[in-house]
Amino acid sequence: MLGYVVRRLLGAIPTLFLVVTASFFLMRVAPGGPFDRERALEAKVLENLNRVFHLDKPLWEQYLRYLGNLARGDLGPSFIYRDFSVQELLASGLPISMQLGGLALLVALVFGCVLGCIAALRQNSWVDYGVVAVATFGITVPNFVVAPLLSLVFGVWLAMLPAGGWGGGSPANLVLPVITLALPQIAIVARLIRGSMIEALRSDHVRTARAYGLPARMIVIVHALRAACLPVVSYLGPAAAALLTGSVVVETIFGLPGIGRYFVQGALNRDYTLVMGTVIIIAVFVVVFNLIVDLLYALLDPRVRYD
Amino acid sequence: MKKTETIFDIRDIRVTFDTPDGEVEAVRGVNMHVNAGETVAVVGESGSGKSQIMMAAMGLLAANGRAEGSATYRGQELIGLPRDRLNRIRGARITMIFQEPMTSLDPLYTIGRQISEPLMVHGGLSASAARARALQLLELVHIPEPERRLKSYPHELSGGQRQRVMIAMALANNPDLLIADEPTTALDVTIQAEILGLLAELQRKLGMAILFITHDLAIVEAFADRVYVMQHGRVVEEGTTREIFTRPTKDYTRMLLAAEPEGRKPPVPESAPILLDANRVSVTFQAKGGLFSPGFELKAVREVTLSLRAGQTVGIVGESGSGKSTFGRALLQLLPCEGRVVYQGTPIHGLGRAAMRPYRRNLQMVFQDPYGSLSPRMTVGEIITEGLLVHEPQLSARERAQAATEALKEVGLDPAMRNRFPHEFSGGQRQRIAIARAVVLKPTVIVLDEPTSALDRSVQKQIIALLRRIQDAYDLSFIFISHDLAVVRALADYTIVMKAGQVVEEGATDEVFERPKSAYTRNLMEAAFNLKQVLSRQAEARA
Repeated sequence: MLGYVVRRLLGAIPTLFLVVTASFFLMRVAPGGPFDRERALEAKVLENLNRVFHLDKPLWEQYLRYLGNLARGDLGPSFIYRDFSVQELLASGLPISMQLGGLALLVALVFGCVLGCIAALRQNSWVDYGVVAVATFGITVPNFVVAPLLSLVFGVWLAMLPAGGWGGGSPANLVLPVITLALPQIAIVARLIRGSMIEALRSDHVRTARAYGLPARMIVIVHALRAACLPVVSYLGPAAAALLTGSVVVETIFGLPGIGRYFVQGALNRDYTLVMGTVIIIAVFVVVFNLIVDLLYALLDPRVRYD
Repeated sequence: MKKTETIFDIRDIRVTFDTPDGEVEAVRGVNMHVNAGETVAVVGESGSGKSQIMMAAMGLLAANGRAEGSATYRGQELIGLPRDRLNRIRGARITMIFQEPMTSLDPLYTIGRQISEPLMVHGGLSASAARARALQLLELVHIPEPERRLKSYPHELSGGQRQRVMIAMALANNPDLLIADEPTTALDVTIQAEILGLLAELQRKLGMAILFITHDLAIVEAFADRVYVMQHGRVVEEGTTREIFTRPTKDYTRMLLAAEPEGRKPPVPESAPILLDANRVSVTFQAKGGLFSPGFELKAVREVTLSLRAGQTVGIVGESGSGKSTFGRALLQLLPCEGRVVYQGTPIHGLGRAAMRPYRRNLQMVFQDPYGSLSPRMTVGEIITEGLLVHEPQLSARERAQAATEALKEVGLDPAMRNRFPHEFSGGQRQRIAIARAVVLKPTVIVLDEPTSALDRSVQKQIIALLRRIQDAYDLSFIFISHDLAVVRALADYTIVMKAGQVVEEGATDEVFERPKSAYTRNLMEAAFNLKQVLSRQAEARA
């Protein structure tokens, strides 16, 4: 199994290389540059800046230079946040995004699984319809609607929780952003679990368990839920990567210093190195979580281990 | 003597399903009983309601099903019994084994754990005691290396072994009654004989009653003391096995008894030209390595040679996994293969999709699964004429509709049905549609891959008659792949017996069936045609 993990990680290197290359050139193809302002900079200043950041070199040389730095673990300086390297920005923002995303993921899993199971066990009852309706609502209402609403109701009107800000990571400041992030995920997980649970409950081996007089609790938890988890596990790979690398909307509305903002701000400002840094982080997360999902899948389903 | 004590008594049971098309009565008032220690068979074709009676009695009906009437176990009413009290009976006093050995066990847990669960729940055994008992049970059902098998997952066992595991589970708590719902239908005939022999042996040893649900009268004759014959949700005839087999009183029973396919095909003259010539065809599958396992190669077909003459039907028989279907597909270049395949003088092996296309209309195929092999989103007319779009693009829509009409008439379906969708047809009708789809192109060779295996015997008989008719009408040549020896004997004039990818025996059908040379073929024939004898010999060998 260790060999498998090493193989997979080595296999990820070409993937990451392609991601880096494609985003590097796509960024450069986009019109404009990092130092374009509404009022153009003086020609001499611009020239100096370009020289400092090696933007005066041919594109291929910049690319090779970037790759070389990357190989040494240097993501370069940010063009916009002067005095900060991209590493420093990511190092300060990533833990915050991960904390939010991780909590949201946990909340989504717990509530999603419970709701999905309840709906499946009470299939076609009002409980089931209720869960499905709420889930559909959770998926369709965008977070840029939910976030300000929560902030307004709980932060401003009821004044129970801070309307925004990080507050040094105090639990009160985490509640609303985590709920906002978790809501659509709860909905998706609940729907996935409900569907696969209904299928699992109808399967032949659950019929066998019933025919052998096993208690209902044992049938549901031991024989149906494990099978029902499989689709959720495969969904969680990309979902976890997306959650842990931050959300622009949530971080902006609640004023949180995560890395989600950097991606959009960097892209808008043509902050080449910052965008590349966030892209690499996201790509690494996707690769790592897909690997975790595959390992988890093999752990849950013995058939995968031998196929 | 205990024999006369009735342990399981079903009175006027009715099962109704709520479906989108209204209520469907699957069981319409059935009485039956099982005495202690006896073997009772319930026989009927698919849809006769035979399984649903047991599902109703055991509280296993689907959510839209409803049971009325009475089913008592030693005086205890089961219908409507609260689940916790029902759970004290099912799995302990009454146990079941099911038709699908592939799916009836939970794929995610070891078989040791699955056998242990009912032991711990009903017998109150500790985990380690249950494990020890599970080991004994695996020995009892003759599973090789039981110690190691406890840790195996269901997918690591063959179908026959899984059914043995199910039997071990069923016997775990020394039940009074074992309900076996088509337990051998999905298995090869030789495995079927072994499983039936095992059940008979265990019954003698442990003395439980067996209620055996089946569509196969050969099993009933070899195995049961008493028989209930069911049709359309009712018992049409009941009696001892001897009575039913020697003096059936109802037409339906007589029809079932006579449902074995009849007739033989005369061989074609030696002078008939060879249409399809396959020389040393091999198929190798490469399995990619998994998470914890290296990759490997599987030689599914090893150097099989076959020639098909005009008007001939070559039957290919063999157990599951013998490579017969793979070979059929390789012949039509639906799979990459090694070796030579020549169609009417032209080598077609290794031809690409485009190069193969002109030959496709002449080389058609009919598949086993009448449910999976017809597109559910196309009308029957579209399905039948789809091939014409490729092979005769000049035809107008009207001409294609005409062709569909004729093809449907040819296979005995009402042409007015051509605008319907496959799900509106029964299995037998779908197989007719699949045959019409092949025939409409006026092919010369049709490879039939288990076309009758999913069908009831009576429907099978009709399909066989149909195949005979179109073979004569269009001078067709068939390659008929089947594990069902009776059907091959009726249809093929030349038979090839395959095992583990190789030909073990071949020759004129009469020759192979009457005087099989290899031990493998002899075993197959005996298990298929002399089940009773095989079982009694097994019993003697053990005694």
